[in-house]
Amino acid sequence: MLEIKDLHADINGKEILKGINLSVKAGEVHAIMGPNGSGKSTLSNVLVGHPSYEVTKGTVTFEGKDLLTMSPEDRSHEGLFLSFQYPVEIPGVSMVNFMRTAVNEQRKYKGLPALSASEFLKLMREKRAVVELDTKLANRSVNEGFSGGEKKRNEIFQMAMLEPKLSILDETDSGLDIDALRIVAEGVNKLKTPETSVLVITHYQRLLDYIKPDVVHVLYNGRIVKTAGPELALELEEKGYDWIKKELED
Amino acid sequence: MQNNNKSERLAEPYEVEEKSAQKGVTEEEPNKLIKQIAQEKYKYGFTTDVHTEVIERGLNEDTVRLISAKKNEPEWLLEFRLKAFRYWQTMEMPTWAHLTIPEIDYQAISYYADPTVKKKGPKSMDEVDPELIKTFDKLGIPLEERMALSGVAVDAVMDSISVKTTFKETLMEKGIIFCSISEAVREHPDLVKKYLGSVVPYRDNFFAALNSAVFSDGSFVYIPKGTRCPMELSTYFRINAANTGQFERTLIVADDDSYVSYLEGCTAPMRDENQLHAAIVEIVVLDRAEVKYSTVQNWYPGDAEGKGGVYNFVTKRGHCRGVDSKLSWTQVETGSAITWKYPSCILGGDNSQAEFYSVAVTNNYQQADTGTKMIHIGKNTSSTIISKGISAGKSQNSYRGLVRVAEKADNARNYSQCDSLLLGSQCGAHTFPYMDIHNETAIVEHEATTSKISEDQLFYCNQRGIPTEDAIGLIVNGYAKEVLNKLPMEFAVEAQKLLAVSLEGSVG
Repeated sequence: MLEIKDLHADINGKEILKGINLSVKAGEVHAIMGPNGSGKSTLSNVLVGHPSYEVTKGTVTFEGKDLLTMSPEDRSHEGLFLSFQYPVEIPGVSMVNFMRTAVNEQRKYKGLPALSASEFLKLMREKRAVVELDTKLANRSVNEGFSGGEKKRNEIFQMAMLEPKLSILDETDSGLDIDALRIVAEGVNKLKTPETSVLVITHYQRLLDYIKPDVVHVLYNGRIVKTAGPELALELEEKGYDWIKKELED
Repeated sequence: MQNNNKSERLAEPYEVEEKSAQKGVTEEEPNKLIKQIAQEKYKYGFTTDVHTEVIERGLNEDTVRLISAKKNEPEWLLEFRLKAFRYWQTMEMPTWAHLTIPEIDYQAISYYADPTVKKKGPKSMDEVDPELIKTFDKLGIPLEERMALSGVAVDAVMDSISVKTTFKETLMEKGIIFCSISEAVREHPDLVKKYLGSVVPYRDNFFAALNSAVFSDGSFVYIPKGTRCPMELSTYFRINAANTGQFERTLIVADDDSYVSYLEGCTAPMRDENQLHAAIVEIVVLDRAEVKYSTVQNWYPGDAEGKGGVYNFVTKRGHCRGVDSKLSWTQVETGSAITWKYPSCILGGDNSQAEFYSVAVTNNYQQADTGTKMIHIGKNTSSTIISKGISAGKSQNSYRGLVRVAEKADNARNYSQCDSLLLGSQCGAHTFPYMDIHNETAIVEHEATTSKISEDQLFYCNQRGIPTEDAIGLIVNGYAKEVLNKLPMEFAVEAQKLLAVSLEGSVG
């Protein structure tokens, strides 16, 4: 599904990603872990086409298509979704209006007719249940006045609405209490199908207690330095990252 | 990123300036896009090839006499024009607005252009030049009644002449007069004489004096006592001829216990030369009457480099003369290279109410200095001001407003809210609220906010599959919702689209 080869990327002329290689197959859950500043968020931003980052080398193919030449909105239409670490507030734009525009843009891209108001509202009701998102929130402006937990739930709600093939969860666990974490993680699991994949970017093991990864990677200093099964996450939780740094230096 | 500013009875005007973006929006890239879009998106920029009688350029007493003669006007109106002209000659153009106005050569403009050429207004559709009908069709204003938007009567004005007024007869059955001002001068001289210049005297300001001297067509509306106008009335102004100015004059009188909703729209061809438009709108609201006046102003704004565009200097004022009268201004201003416009209300009658709802958009090199004046004179009067400025490109957008409470205006109440939204880092937004309060019982509130569409907001939308242009449309329409909701329903959707189109290409 996703094939990253020797990916290098800069922000403001500073190289952050220094040759990433990663392959995610349909149905797989991959976790990317690593210390602060290792390039985890850069990787997710580069994949969804954030304009502040510049790719200087390497290729990314998504479902056989060259991802890097696509606009951010087309990457979304093709089935790539990012659950933002810090979802932004958009005052004045209701969630209903926002989601309806997003869903219908995707349908337009796929050559499908726009949903009618009643079809759309029905879909919204259905998907809201996935993350137990309050009707009240759905009627407010996008993320405006949402608590940290509500914002993250809202991200997963949008994921449910857009039905992506590959979802990137960027530090989705940060700022969540244990109940919110459970709701969000269960939401992700409910949406998971054998055809869809998830890339979980996280510092901690605790999210991986709920969303079980098939593969765990350690990102350090712009490169993936270690790849193993789920047991690696537990080892990191226990021992921290220093031993990996040490291993690399030796 | 919002400043909230709440103050009561602010004595001094202040300015909110300083709009810099911290995000690195590169300038070259969007410029390319702006250029393309600004050029192609003004879809009203075509010209009509129609035989037009244009009088010689220049302005002197003979010009004024010629215009009056062409309209077969009575002596009193010629006198009115001449007095205004003589007064205008003693005046200088005002410079207090936050606008950079290039010098205007008033002798290089023609003050009268007649695309119908016939001496009298046409009587049936057959007599109107098909080119003119086609033009208005193209603008989305069908002039044949059977094709017209249901429930809307239209007075269509091109250059100096009213081409056609629809549903005139239907309205007449209720005693409602809706016609061009020229026709009103001929058919209803007493009404015109009684009210013309009674709200905006020719001495009011430089452009009011100029308009009073050379005004051509515009609409006249009279709603008789106790009558609720059964349809929306609307005037559509179109500038077509080159090197001419348009000086429309509109007069609306709502007699006791009447109601009318009126809408004006305006467009002009794309030309490299600037064109002058100096209008006056006067509204008289008598006892317990209500007038809603809406404007969708979309004059040609000039190209992406700031070349061409209409100079729009307009004096609009309503007088709530009667007790319990109500006047509401709603404006969506997206066009014009320069806008100088302050639709105002004199709250004369006790318990009268006034509203001003405004969205002003500036992009590229457009400049707008717009706002309102609320003059409270009667007792228990109240006014509301909601102003939403949106600036993009290299434009300058100012809100200028005055709230005055006279000595005897007990229990006056005003609430003002002025919001500015910035797109990009090279535009300016300014707020100049003046308050002049002479009665202790007054309650006057002013709130202001400034916000910016951030790159992060746009990217968030992009990631959900919403292209940047649509994202801006969503955000801007959300921001302007409060004002757009005030427009008659038939036009609210159009206005929404217009907002999005006006701002396309404004963020990289």
